[in-house]
Amino acid sequence: MPDPMRIRAIAKNGEVNVKVLMAHEMETGQRKDAAGKPIPAHFIQQVTATWQGKVVLSANWGTAIAKNPFLEFTFKGGKKGDKIQVTWTDNKGEKRSDEATIN
Amino acid sequence: MDFLQKEENVDQTRRDVLKAGGGASLFALLAATGMLRPEAALASDWDQKAFAAKNVKDALDALGAGGAVNSGDIVITAPEIAENGAVVPIAAVSKIPGTESISILIAKNPTALAASFDIPAGTEPAVSTRVKLAQSTDVHILVKAQGKYYITKKEVKVTIGGCGG
Repeated sequence: MPDPMRIRAIAKNGEVNVKVLMAHEMETGQRKDAAGKPIPAHFIQQVTATWQGKVVLSANWGTAIAKNPFLEFTFKGGKKGDKIQVTWTDNKGEKRSDEATIN
Repeated sequence: MDFLQKEENVDQTRRDVLKAGGGASLFALLAATGMLRPEAALASDWDQKAFAAKNVKDALDALGAGGAVNSGDIVITAPEIAENGAVVPIAAVSKIPGTESISILIAKNPTALAASFDIPAGTEPAVSTRVKLAQSTDVHILVKAQGKYYITKKEVKVTIGGCGG
């Protein structure tokens, strides 16, 4: 199981600002190990954020997203105490979902 | 001392990448031989063709955005000079009404398309993330709004490439 995400969601003026830090190698498939063998690509391909069952952001990513990806966005309507879920899926089919309470 | 060693390692990796003869083709090769197919199937919306495109033009064509027009209503926030290409903060804001998606394309990376964000109604047309830049390059932001495509770009100079990860 991959390490949990760090999610910070803060409500202000009727909007919720969400910052997510994911733990992932984001290996490009372009690098080689010490023995000269290519290191296979391993990267997050899809990210979805939902609030009360509604998708508030979805993304498709390539290998150019930096290691331990960071993502920030803002949506309208959420309020303090609501939950937000973030899910990612990588190119090996690994998945991770985490939930945070809006502050 | 530690720092110097790190620099050497990065350099070594860069050389390895160069020796691989534009390792860029590896992904395309894997995709072509079908090795990536089962994985791609898991992410149904993930646009294999667009993400495999090696330059901005091919990526735009694959996204159906070949006719994207230049727009001053897209704001890119990125450093002028990135000391470390492995972690470059990029923020994109669209002031175009009805923005549906925001994509980041990096001209001189092995594959141009870095990310595509879908912006549902109620979500601000603004995203921030961190990307890898292989070398100094133009970063393009593509916006889809009311079915039309708009694009803008900004140059980022890179001191140490992001190929070494």
